[in-house]
Amino acid sequence: MESHRILKESQIMKIHYVTGIAAIFVVAVHILMRLIVPFELSLEYDYIISNYKNIFYVLILESILVLVSVHGFNGIRIILLELRQSKAWENMITVVTISAMIALIAYGTRTIILANGL
Amino acid sequence: MNNTDSINEDKIVLKVYRENRGQKSGAHYDRFEVPYKKWTTVLDALLYVKSYNDPSIAIRYSCRMAMCGSCGMKINGIPRLACYTKISELETSTIECEPLSNFPIIRDLVTDFSLFFNHHKDIQPYIQSNEGVETDTEKKTFSFYQSPEDVDRYLQFSYCIKCGLCNSACPTAGTDLRFPGPQALAQLYRYYADTRDESKKRLDIVDDRHGIWRCHFAGSCSKVCPKGVDPALGIQLLRSYMLGISKDNKELAKKIEINTDKDNNSN
Repeated sequence: MESHRILKESQIMKIHYVTGIAAIFVVAVHILMRLIVPFELSLEYDYIISNYKNIFYVLILESILVLVSVHGFNGIRIILLELRQSKAWENMITVVTISAMIALIAYGTRTIILANGL
Repeated sequence: MNNTDSINEDKIVLKVYRENRGQKSGAHYDRFEVPYKKWTTVLDALLYVKSYNDPSIAIRYSCRMAMCGSCGMKINGIPRLACYTKISELETSTIECEPLSNFPIIRDLVTDFSLFFNHHKDIQPYIQSNEGVETDTEKKTFSFYQSPEDVDRYLQFSYCIKCGLCNSACPTAGTDLRFPGPQALAQLYRYYADTRDESKKRLDIVDDRHGIWRCHFAGSCSKVCPKGVDPALGIQLLRSYMLGISKDNKELAKKIEINTDKDNNSN
């Protein structure tokens, strides 16, 4: 049995399932937003920048970024945990995946803020 | 060999995996021709080979009636009990016997169950309770109230004979040695769902990085179980308790118990 953890594995998996289900909805909204205008127009620079000015759309994009990053990097952590069974490997994998997750969220958020013109 | 031949013949070829870990001799298969009847099991065939062809073949067996769980092996690639598998039902002219996957080989078809039993012991497979109801003051005997519905919650899981077939079929047990395996997890559910058990920390035993959450729900454990136990179901039920989706039925059982006491006292 392992102890001295910030989160139990069951708590991590709760987050994993909730982010996975929530991501389905926000990604669906994101895709549907592409369908309400002609496809060519949806890829134009001005149209994309205008989306970033829409606060509701920005919130959806930020949600997608956070939800998919948390869910995805935890998934990678789970897959890599099975490869080896040693404390050093487990701790290294946990630190690397959490660091990569934070870095991706930070970089994505920076992009959203810059495009928004804040 | 075509199907017609396999039906007409009264002999099959038994292909037996041979390996001796102690001698480090190379692994190979030995072939034996064995006569069979409609009721001949694979274990009968292996014992025939031991008696008349090669007494050095190592196999583990005991009850010959799917009760002891000793004769688990891969038969034509699928984990099965040799005593519970009839040759006639396999409908092949060659039967391949191999040791169980995910277990270290000791010799030939005999595998090492040490890790398997350690995982089983780790989940504390016994009822932990201090609250029995004293039924006889002189003899100091105790009993526990349990309704048939309470028994139904875990009954199928108590049929486990610890043969290891489920662990052999489990893809996660093959890659992660610290994963308890479907057998231990199903037994954990068996004791957790038992209303007589009062252990508060039972779920914490498997709530770690290599615990219950590493099950990928392949479901192969349930498919190979010779006793009809559904370990995959037990694992999913345990998860639902851990996620808070299912409520602890022990509290409900205690309320019924208290009401029963009141009714008995009033009568």
